[in-house]
Amino acid sequence: MKTSVFLGTVAAATLMAGAGMADTLADVKARGELNCGVNTGLVGFAAPDANGNWTGFDVDICKAVAAAVLGDPAKVKYVPTTGQTRFTALSSGEVDLLARNSTWTFSRDTDLKLDFIGVNYYDGQGFMVRKDLGVTSAKELDGATVCIQTGTTTELNLADYFKANNMTYQPVNIDSNAEGEQQYMAGACDAYTTDASGLAATRAAFADPENHIILPEIISKEPLGPAVRHGDNNWGDIVRWTLYALVAAEEYGITSKNIEELAKSSQNPEVQRLLGVTDDLGAMIGLDKDWAKRAILASGNYGEIFAANIGEQTPIGLARGLNAQWTQGGLMYAMPFR
Amino acid sequence: MSETHAQTVPFVRDTMLPPADPPVREAGAVRWLRENLFSGPLNTILTLLGGLIVWFLVSHFWDWFAHSVWNANSLAECRQIIAETWGEGARGACWAVIRERWNQYVYGFYPVELYWRPTMTFGLLFVALAPVLFSESVWIRRVVLVITTVLTLWLMVALGAPAAWLVFAAVVLVGAILISERHPAWLLVFSILYPLLGVWLLWGGSAWGPIMVLVGPVLGWIAWRLLGRVSSLIATIVALIVPLVWWIVFAGDAARDAESLVSLAIPAVDSDRFGGFLLSITIGVAGIAMSLPLGIVLALARRSDMFLVKTLAVIFIEFIRGVPLIALLFVASLLLNYFLPPGTTFDIILRVIIMVTLFSAAYMAEVIRGGLAALPRGQYEAADALGLDYWKAQRLIVLPQALKISIPGIVSTFIGMFKDTTLVTFVGLYDPLKSMSDAVRASTSWKGIYWEPYIFVGFIFFLICFCMSRYSMYLERRLHRDHR
Repeated sequence: MKTSVFLGTVAAATLMAGAGMADTLADVKARGELNCGVNTGLVGFAAPDANGNWTGFDVDICKAVAAAVLGDPAKVKYVPTTGQTRFTALSSGEVDLLARNSTWTFSRDTDLKLDFIGVNYYDGQGFMVRKDLGVTSAKELDGATVCIQTGTTTELNLADYFKANNMTYQPVNIDSNAEGEQQYMAGACDAYTTDASGLAATRAAFADPENHIILPEIISKEPLGPAVRHGDNNWGDIVRWTLYALVAAEEYGITSKNIEELAKSSQNPEVQRLLGVTDDLGAMIGLDKDWAKRAILASGNYGEIFAANIGEQTPIGLARGLNAQWTQGGLMYAMPFR
Repeated sequence: MSETHAQTVPFVRDTMLPPADPPVREAGAVRWLRENLFSGPLNTILTLLGGLIVWFLVSHFWDWFAHSVWNANSLAECRQIIAETWGEGARGACWAVIRERWNQYVYGFYPVELYWRPTMTFGLLFVALAPVLFSESVWIRRVVLVITTVLTLWLMVALGAPAAWLVFAAVVLVGAILISERHPAWLLVFSILYPLLGVWLLWGGSAWGPIMVLVGPVLGWIAWRLLGRVSSLIATIVALIVPLVWWIVFAGDAARDAESLVSLAIPAVDSDRFGGFLLSITIGVAGIAMSLPLGIVLALARRSDMFLVKTLAVIFIEFIRGVPLIALLFVASLLLNYFLPPGTTFDIILRVIIMVTLFSAAYMAEVIRGGLAALPRGQYEAADALGLDYWKAQRLIVLPQALKISIPGIVSTFIGMFKDTTLVTFVGLYDPLKSMSDAVRASTSWKGIYWEPYIFVGFIFFLICFCMSRYSMYLERRLHRDHR
């Protein structure tokens, strides 16, 4: 178990870092490339294709930031990070931005000296079971064996949930999604639990999706968001407002298709400010006035990014749910551009 | 034979009987079975048990293998083909994933139009290895080099290598075949230059970098020759310092200036484009090539009489052996960044190679120390009696015998290290076994595939490790010949 001792040391070292590298924006501009920490491979969120081109929901955030800062969404160096290395990679300066479906929690935000700049996907932990098990609610899972990924927030949520409901369970520890699917298919566990987005993607890939159901209970809040280092507030602002720009663009109906036209003709003052027609908001964060326009052009507004990567038209087929705009009953709410 | 005796015999056969067939149970397959599989009660039980296990495995997995699908573009398509061909509910292997992602497993994310570069580098690796691995047999060398030449050139043509590079490869390969017939030792020059050539071909960029690295030892040698007449101690020290100073202070600028005068650049490929077996083999070969000499030095240092040298060697070896490789890799990938000045880019693959090398060098040192300890004391004393100094004694008498004893251990360490290269997955590099397979599974077409990538990668690893193991047995046989 020397590894865990060592990881503890790394975590301790993480605490001491932070204030060292101050001007990330200047570093990124000097380098001409944004180092973006992403998942090594998570369907729909970040994955390299056969030619090494990265695509996914998180990847598009990297592209938007690169477009806003450097003017070119292609100027991103994707640094694949594992669950163990992701936060250290950020605090050690290996990456400028971590867009890796990481849950925003108190201790990560404070103790690990990260700054979560927002939420790009509201997830929650769910359960998948075989239909012939006859279970229709997570409350009926007393005594079940559950496949659970170790070292994640889901592991802790599971323990909390069963304890709160006075139930017992038998954990089957797994290391990755692929292994979890395999164990579940092989019948090593009655239920498989992970983020609901992951469950949907997993179920969609089964040979017999109709024989499996995702239980209605969502037992945790998993707000997934991009994170930056603590201590460089200007850089945090840039990333935060780039994300807001994507969300606001959807709210105001700005898409990658009609953006040029709207920039010329829109009479909506908020749209004019956002696209840099009237006010120069970019100057306030050290960028030029077209920054938001370029960010939206990179892969579209938030809704377009969602639809292209994980939406209902894709094999993953996630509904907007909590991730709909606030005007549609969701939680996506961009602060005013003023 | 007496005459009396002859008359008492009523009949003497005067023709030979034709040789009878041996009894059925003493011949052919039956005999082989009796001797090897059913020679006693214990053996019989074990044979039956073994047979049962084999039958169990085959009966469970046969249909899965038999229903293999090679042509499909997604897992869903595979399942559809299996269902159509073998009926609903049939299961089968979907090897189509290997077929579709083969390039990715072999080359990682290396630019497609440059695939010929790693291929050529791999081919030239055998030219560099042939004089070292097969130094005694012209025949084996010839076979290895001819096969290498044909395959390399064919693959390079197939991968669309530029004509100039084809000519270069052909000249080197055919030249190596011709030279190895008469003067195999000359090929060692290529073996020494190969690491620089390989690095340049894999990562690209300006050729002046490796050339300027090479200038360092040349300057050192010149200094040694010039000062050799004055004092050999000063000459040795200066010869060691000059290359270091050159590398640290001048080489970078010199390479830049030379590049701006005469450009010798080929397209550069970043380390994050490496992956799959290209990555494993790069790390593996570099680690193997560097850990053996380092291990030898460490083993000698540990047996040295000099207190400081010995203590440092013991501390290094025990520390490295006491720490898991993953911890070292984490240090390389994450912790080093805290200590280096901000903005320094220190290639991640280079960092990993250094850590892997140090790790296996510590194990190597202990394996070789075992070989040194196994040598009879008389050998050391004989070397002393001949008046050889320390280095000559080690080089001519001790090490050849000690290394020969250690061959199985050395090769085991190599094999272990090569397999350990898959651990780089934990620092975000795309090893073929886990990261690459997970990346493949992360595409919507192949999500849900599990065993096929593992079996495929495991098979390739087995092939390479089996070759290493076979080579070590060949080497042992060759070296033991004179003792029979």
